[in-house]
Amino acid sequence: MIRRDLVDAMVAHARRDHPDEACGQIAGPEGSDRPERFVPMLNAERSPTFYRFDATEQLKVHREMERNDEVPVVVYHSHTATEPYPSRTDISYAQEPDAHYVLISTRDPEEHELRSYRIVDGVVTEEPVQVVESYMFAHTGVDDTPDGS
Amino acid sequence: MAITVSIPTILRTHTGGQKSVEAAGTTLAQVIDDLEANHGGLKSRLVKEGSLHRFVNVYVNDEDVRFSGGLEAAVKDGDNVTILPAVAGG
Repeated sequence: MIRRDLVDAMVAHARRDHPDEACGQIAGPEGSDRPERFVPMLNAERSPTFYRFDATEQLKVHREMERNDEVPVVVYHSHTATEPYPSRTDISYAQEPDAHYVLISTRDPEEHELRSYRIVDGVVTEEPVQVVESYMFAHTGVDDTPDGS
Repeated sequence: MAITVSIPTILRTHTGGQKSVEAAGTTLAQVIDDLEANHGGLKSRLVKEGSLHRFVNVYVNDEDVRFSGGLEAAVKDGDNVTILPAVAGG
C-alpha cells in the first residue's frame, strides 16, 4: 500500500531523468512497512541502462534515516526502454530483504508502468500495489484492530 | 577505545543481529580481519580477490574508502566504520 502522492513523485522523477535511469527511496518508520518520506537519489552512473546510488549521498541519507528511526521501505528505479521487471543486475545487487523494490518503466511516453517486488536471496516475488489517498482512512486489515476488540 | 563498525541489515546474520560491533586495527583490512575473527563469514561478504566487493560501500567516519586507499585506508581508535550495501542495478 502506498500513497498516491508518493507514486506521482516517483513517476515524475523517472520522467524527468528519462532517458537515463532514475533511482531513489521512500523512508518509513522502522517496523511500520509504511512508505512516508520521498527521497530521490542521484544516479551516479547517469546511464540509460544502469543505476547506482551516489555513495556520499547514500551515507548522508542513511544517517538522516538512522536519526529518525527510519528504514528504506521502498527502493525504486526506472527502466527507460524495457518492461518494469528486475534485471539480472537488479537481482544480484538487491540487498534489502525488507524493502519493496519498485520499478517504473518510462518506455511509453504517455503511459508509465509501475510494479513492485520483493527480492530475497535472488528470488523475485511480485506483489500487488494498492494506491491510496491517505493511510489514515485506508482499510489495512485485522492487524490494525486494537487489542481486546 | 575501539573502532565502532555499523553493520547493515543484510549482514546482521553474522553478528547475532547486532547493528554495530567493535573491532580493532590500524587499516580497514585489519579491521575486517578482526571482524572475521569474531563474526565469521563477514570477510567474504566484504572482500573479493583482495579488494572491496563492488556490492558494498565502506566509509571511515564520513569518507568513502574508495577515495582514501580502499582496504589500506587508515583507521584509528574512536573512528566509526559504516558498511552499507551498494544500491545499484540495471
